[in-house]
Amino acid sequence: MKFTKNHEWIKKEGEYAYIGITDYAQKQLGDIVYVELAEEDLVLQQGDVLCAVESVKTAAEVYMPVSGRVVEANHELEDAPEKLNENPYDAFLAKITMDDESEYDELMTEEEYNKFLESEEE
Amino acid sequence: MKTTPLTPVHESLKAKMVDFGGFYMPVQYTSIIEEHNAVRSSAGIFDVSHMSEITVKGKDAAAYIYNLVTNDISTATENQIMYSPMCYEHGGCVDDLLIYKNNDEDFLIIANASNTDKDYEWMLNNAYGYSVKIENVSNEYGQIALQGPTAQTLLQQITEFDLDTIPFYRFRKNIDLSGICALVSRTGYTGEDGFEIYIKADHTEYLFKKLLDLGAVPCGLGARDTLRFEAALPLYGHELSDKITPLNAGLKSFVKFEKTDFIGKSALAEQAQQGLDVRSAGLEMIDRGIPRNGYELFNESNDKIGYVTSGSTCPSLNKNCALGLITLEYAKIGNIIYVDIRGKKLKSVVVKKPFYNKKYKK
Repeated sequence: MKFTKNHEWIKKEGEYAYIGITDYAQKQLGDIVYVELAEEDLVLQQGDVLCAVESVKTAAEVYMPVSGRVVEANHELEDAPEKLNENPYDAFLAKITMDDESEYDELMTEEEYNKFLESEEE
Repeated sequence: MKTTPLTPVHESLKAKMVDFGGFYMPVQYTSIIEEHNAVRSSAGIFDVSHMSEITVKGKDAAAYIYNLVTNDISTATENQIMYSPMCYEHGGCVDDLLIYKNNDEDFLIIANASNTDKDYEWMLNNAYGYSVKIENVSNEYGQIALQGPTAQTLLQQITEFDLDTIPFYRFRKNIDLSGICALVSRTGYTGEDGFEIYIKADHTEYLFKKLLDLGAVPCGLGARDTLRFEAALPLYGHELSDKITPLNAGLKSFVKFEKTDFIGKSALAEQAQQGLDVRSAGLEMIDRGIPRNGYELFNESNDKIGYVTSGSTCPSLNKNCALGLITLEYAKIGNIIYVDIRGKKLKSVVVKKPFYNKKYKK
């Protein structure tokens, strides 16, 4: 699993990758009440808006950690957005195919992400 | 950032703290939804010590306030509270206030925290010719709001004073709450029954902890906002501002044109006579999506007809709603209005306010 500075996670599984938001992100947002899912088949560049996650207080955009095509959005979250709070690393937002795996390799490891969070807190 | 007497308590409860109008305040302790539900089903307590307290005393106090605000304070009895907008000459709002009447020569005014300095200056500048003494005593007091259907039962446990004798929008001073001298009013900002309690700053922590021990749920500003929003209670800076008059905001019942005079009367009378251009309306989403403050509103022909002043999910109603400032002709119940949410025009319908039926004990 790899991480971005925008607090997304991405996990490679076979020919696909799953994308979600980190535990830190869900804690910052608070109660998540709505997910505007990604459009399936959409081709996006790294950094493009993938979808939006909304808590009681705010709306937050989720960005593509890597370039690729959206294969599937997690429709389960439409009626159970709270799963992003409960199990942020199980509740994926989208399943994608990656264009260029080197983009994935360059993202932060868990250790690097945790260090990044520490530096953010200071 | 300014703190309140309860800042150490919030920190020890591990609240998420934010800058709110220059105050370091708790936005939530555990979850906005849980805190919101606690107030609807039992009792929650809020630190509202950031609200400002301004005293108006002197021989002309009643006449001064009569002129200062749009509501008619001359009809208030002792120990009564009145809500009122306070307007500029042009009709826009300086602030909205709660006015506590001790007697004709002694009033306490509660104003929004972020407006304190502006309000105080405005009040001083409009005191010319009146024999009054106006003082900002905000730092001397702490304020706790205890809200919810079990608020009275809970508060009754720490006082021998019969709380049933305080009706809606009335208050009593010098009430003994567990040994602390308090001013208690049956008021609030949640749409539930409840009390607002004023105590000396250094007694605030003791009372807050006492109420926590009795089972009141600590609630942050996040829940305060969703609660007041469901009850469609206006928030200055959103539904009211220097550019939004009380008439635009749908607060006509708090503007007493029959008064001989008050600041803003001629501008407001002219607005009433000419008819409103825009007014505040309640919207309920039909499509999925959450309207937020500032989102633009459109009619069927894609003309911009207004914007959202407050929008949120409504935890008690399982709906997403908005208060919007809308061109008058579209602000009719049942009218379809489109909300621009991240570039998509999503359907909503104009509904009656409030979204949540207030459960006041009157």
